[in-house]
Amino acid sequence: MNLDTGRRDILPVMLPCKVASTWITPRLTPTLGLLLCIGGVLLASSAWAQNGEAVLSPLQVIIKWAPLLLSGFAFNIAISLLAMLIGTLAGVGLGLAMLTQQPILRRIAWAVTQFFRNAPWLVLLFFVMFLVPFQVTIFGMTIPLPDWLKATLGFALPVMANVAEVVRGAVRSVPTTQWEAADSLAFTRRQIMWRIILPQCVKRMLPPWMNIYALVAMATVLASIVGVSEMLTLTAQVHAAEGGRPELFAPLYGFALLCFFLYCYPINLWTARLERRFQIR
Amino acid sequence: MNVIPDWFKSLYEAIGLNFSVFYDPYDWDRYLDGLKMTLILSVTTILLSLIIGAIGALLQTGPSRILRAFINGFVVIFRNTPPLVQIFFFYFGLGTLLPATETASGMREPLLSNTQWAIVSLSLFAAAFNVEIFRSGIEAVPKTTVEAAEALGYTRLKAYFYIILPLALRVCLPALNNNLVNLLKTTTLAYAIAVPETLYQVKQIWSESQNVFEMMVVLLATYGILVGVLVFIMHRWERSLRIPGFGQ
Repeated sequence: MNLDTGRRDILPVMLPCKVASTWITPRLTPTLGLLLCIGGVLLASSAWAQNGEAVLSPLQVIIKWAPLLLSGFAFNIAISLLAMLIGTLAGVGLGLAMLTQQPILRRIAWAVTQFFRNAPWLVLLFFVMFLVPFQVTIFGMTIPLPDWLKATLGFALPVMANVAEVVRGAVRSVPTTQWEAADSLAFTRRQIMWRIILPQCVKRMLPPWMNIYALVAMATVLASIVGVSEMLTLTAQVHAAEGGRPELFAPLYGFALLCFFLYCYPINLWTARLERRFQIR
Repeated sequence: MNVIPDWFKSLYEAIGLNFSVFYDPYDWDRYLDGLKMTLILSVTTILLSLIIGAIGALLQTGPSRILRAFINGFVVIFRNTPPLVQIFFFYFGLGTLLPATETASGMREPLLSNTQWAIVSLSLFAAAFNVEIFRSGIEAVPKTTVEAAEALGYTRLKAYFYIILPLALRVCLPALNNNLVNLLKTTTLAYAIAVPETLYQVKQIWSESQNVFEMMVVLLATYGILVGVLVFIMHRWERSLRIPGFGQ
């Protein structure tokens, strides 16, 4: 509320009531973000073109290398999906282990979860990359473990711990009366868990699970630090192939930012919508 | 006096576990340097991200439409892109565009060093999350409280700093706690632009002393302890801020 400077003696309550106008909250839609980025790149490239030299402008460089960079991005997505699959399966097991009635198993599961949740992703990635052998021999059969597979395992570990927490939280959020009701209907503990509690939890677990997925998708670029040739590694290589001009850094990394933004933002919006729809009051 | 180094030395001789940091003073110094850098990174980024987050939340709930759109865009972009790419974008992309001076020996000296760029980009990344967290806290402050403040003649800014923010802070502390722990873990990304923090130094040690497994254990324990200390401090803070009758 604005105080009229000329009338200091008048209390704010005595001023005429001003109805605040309601604005539509501005939102940055994906298309708008895309347009902004393209505009920025065009602006940068037109400034470059004025130099009138026979080198490619940043936009031309990106268009030229886009197929390679996008294939790298697809590899990132593949890693994230596989890590999510492994992590979810392991995480559900770990989450259920945290809910068992055997105290020892429960303690161990709790400790494992806390450990993997509190360690930085990059440190866990190093952990797996350096300590998992490059091939394993099972029953006389030698199975090679390529570095991307090891990186996937490295991402699956924190996913497992986070999913375990989500599972535990979701099961805890089901009212205890349901357990009692099922008990009185002579269901065993296992039956209650699998046929009554977990089916209800799926809905509650979906939004946080999607949040974790968005985090994994963004974390896959860490694999470039440990030498997996995914999008960021390719970006650095493209930059070197174009002569290592310093003004190419911003557009190339901007392109990587844009790819991840266009992939993660819709997931984020969808998660928010599901959260609103599933809201438990 | 030398009990600990001697013990670790005998451990190495007895079963081959080479914890070189604990008996080699050179390795120990490097490890301490890395730890110091991690602490500097985390403390500065935590403080900066809190400040940027609070200002962002103030602007986001404010009357200016352009500023609101700007903050919205900032939050959306920084939340949905990988922090590592952000660091690269800032350090390589923007760092090379900024004017640079030359040292006496003719070397290019950029305006901001890699450590400073790491601080800038990590603060912005965490601030994007903090804005959302603070906003949810502000929305939880009862409307009547804000109206009461207005009736008492508080300006918008004063009401925000003296009434809304202190209450909102108490509501959003658990979420804030989570985000700050996340930020502490994200400081390891500074490794990618060669900021000599713990991960970087530990990697130097293990590639020279050939003790990857032992240093991994030290590294994980270090971050476990750091996160534990941060969580402890935040819980203490949460308890000291508690107002009887507000919240739980």
